[in-house]
Amino acid sequence: MEKNTILEIRNMNISFSQYQKGTKQTKLPVIRDLSLTVHQGEMVAVVGSSGSGKSLLAHGVMGILPYNAEMGGQILYCGEPLREKRICALRGKEIVMVPQSTSYLDPLMKVGTQICKGKKDPERKKKLDGIFRRYGLAEEVQEQYPFELSGGMTRRVMISTAMIEEPKLVIADEPTPGLHLKAAKRAMEHFRELADMGAGVLIITHDLELALETADRVLVFYAGYTLEDAKTEDFRQEKTLRHPYTKALWRAMPQNGFHYIDGVQPYVKDMPEGCPFAPRCEKCTEKCRGEIPYREVNGGYVRCVYDS
Amino acid sequence: MKNTAGKFILKNFVKMVLLIFAVSIAAFALMTVSPVDPLQANVGQAALGSMSQEQIAKLEEYWGVGEPPVQRYLAWLKDFLKGDMGVSLLYRQDVAKVIAVKLGNSLFLMIIAWVLSGLIGFALGALAGMNRGKFVDKAVKGYCLLISSTPAFWIAMLLLIIFGVWLKILPIGLSVPIGVEASGVTFLDRVYHAILPAVTLSITGIANIAMHTREKMVDICESDYVVFARARGESLWQIFRNHGFRNVLAPAMTLQFASISEIFGGSVLVEQVFSYPGLGQAAVSAGLGSDMPLLMAITIISALFVFGGNLIANILYGVIDPRIRRGGAAK
Repeated sequence: MEKNTILEIRNMNISFSQYQKGTKQTKLPVIRDLSLTVHQGEMVAVVGSSGSGKSLLAHGVMGILPYNAEMGGQILYCGEPLREKRICALRGKEIVMVPQSTSYLDPLMKVGTQICKGKKDPERKKKLDGIFRRYGLAEEVQEQYPFELSGGMTRRVMISTAMIEEPKLVIADEPTPGLHLKAAKRAMEHFRELADMGAGVLIITHDLELALETADRVLVFYAGYTLEDAKTEDFRQEKTLRHPYTKALWRAMPQNGFHYIDGVQPYVKDMPEGCPFAPRCEKCTEKCRGEIPYREVNGGYVRCVYDS
Repeated sequence: MKNTAGKFILKNFVKMVLLIFAVSIAAFALMTVSPVDPLQANVGQAALGSMSQEQIAKLEEYWGVGEPPVQRYLAWLKDFLKGDMGVSLLYRQDVAKVIAVKLGNSLFLMIIAWVLSGLIGFALGALAGMNRGKFVDKAVKGYCLLISSTPAFWIAMLLLIIFGVWLKILPIGLSVPIGVEASGVTFLDRVYHAILPAVTLSITGIANIAMHTREKMVDICESDYVVFARARGESLWQIFRNHGFRNVLAPAMTLQFASISEIFGGSVLVEQVFSYPGLGQAAVSAGLGSDMPLLMAITIISALFVFGGNLIANILYGVIDPRIRRGGAAK
């Protein structure tokens, strides 16, 4: 039953070096411990609130972190380590990223040329025409500049940059903000299609509801850690969920009562010892101050000392 | 569309007229408060001492001493508006004629320097910006900082000593060979004499343009769209061709046209060092010799050049940038 694993991330951590008070350099760990797997034809969503460092995950895999960032852990692509040389050869071909906002499009380059990376062979042009028809974009749009596009069109243009290649792995960084519900759903469906065509799709989003509608699995990301790795079905009821934070998220959904919990995600600089969610967790005890294992429970994973 | 173009032209024409008016008043005001006594400067203390009162009075009238400044300015303005720039007091020729000759010499020099510094500066700046932090970048940056902190006239003297005095391969000054009739001067002679001043002007011009271009390029390389281009597997060269060049072109163009003023300013000093009979040198002698009509005309022409440069940059911006070209047209 095991499908081919496309991407496997083991204990990824990313930190920034920052200057403080003149020459003192400090490290700012934004992602502390993140593990996930994406299989062929599977759509996995990483869900976390804003400012939790989710986007860095995409940049880390693509090898485009800023110069003052440092990454640890292991990334395996199709079973083999994905180091700098390999990602440089594969990105933009087998591994593609769909970026977050319009600022990722060159403002001075026509949309069509940009999707084709400046290449002009007729084969690409034909493929592009096909993609545009599929996404309901008029052919004139190819001759337009990014500033002339609407939000939904921009989104589709950015997905087109992935479609023009032959991707085995698609990483989408926040593909839906700024879109109205219908357009956001459509954007998610486009990614679902990519997964159904056989690619592994990793969606990074803060919209749990949208993720649950289209993804196969959902990873809950909080303060630099993956707290839970659950199947989408697990979200049908609270008791199949594993982590107290995930449960809190579930209860916060409108159809489940709209309950909220106090507090905010801790800032990178004042992280609590042990479980990052401990200060907001009602089940928190002394045990939560120690090392928290990330373990398998009921076909998913959880980073919690308690059994749900 | 036609209407906006007409408005644009009219607006800029009014701006230009106002600018010239303001510049002429400022230049004139500075001249009137200048401590230079035209008689002492141009005739000399010794000669003045041996002159009769009537002769001195005649000279004073010629140089405009004692005449109320406002009246003098208005007289000048009246002639200027009629298209008459007056007669140069030093050269005893029509200002228009003097300027035509000097400007011809200077333009030759400045165009070479402008084109050279623009092209080389752009290339160096782009190269450094694309390779930020690497050896090329450090070398270019080092060069720019060194040159920027060196006065142009000092570089001029240095080059003069090396190439003119020690190596003797280039002339030490002037724009034509000494002792040759004007009709016998060839184009090559002119180029030969323009090399050193033009190179001096370029060397200093390059630093400025390269530094600014580098800065822009670094910004572009840190932009989201270049990060995305890298994520799409584009090579450094592809990134430059697809994104870097395109995005740096407009600011570089503005810079290039704005640098006209710096080349103009630099040429004043450089021409002085090389005794190059151009507009810059004429400006210096007009200023020191209280040649009001000539200095006013040179000031206004310089202002026109700078204004024209900026105007061209503005127009080109609209041509290059689709956000202005198309966005403006849509509204």
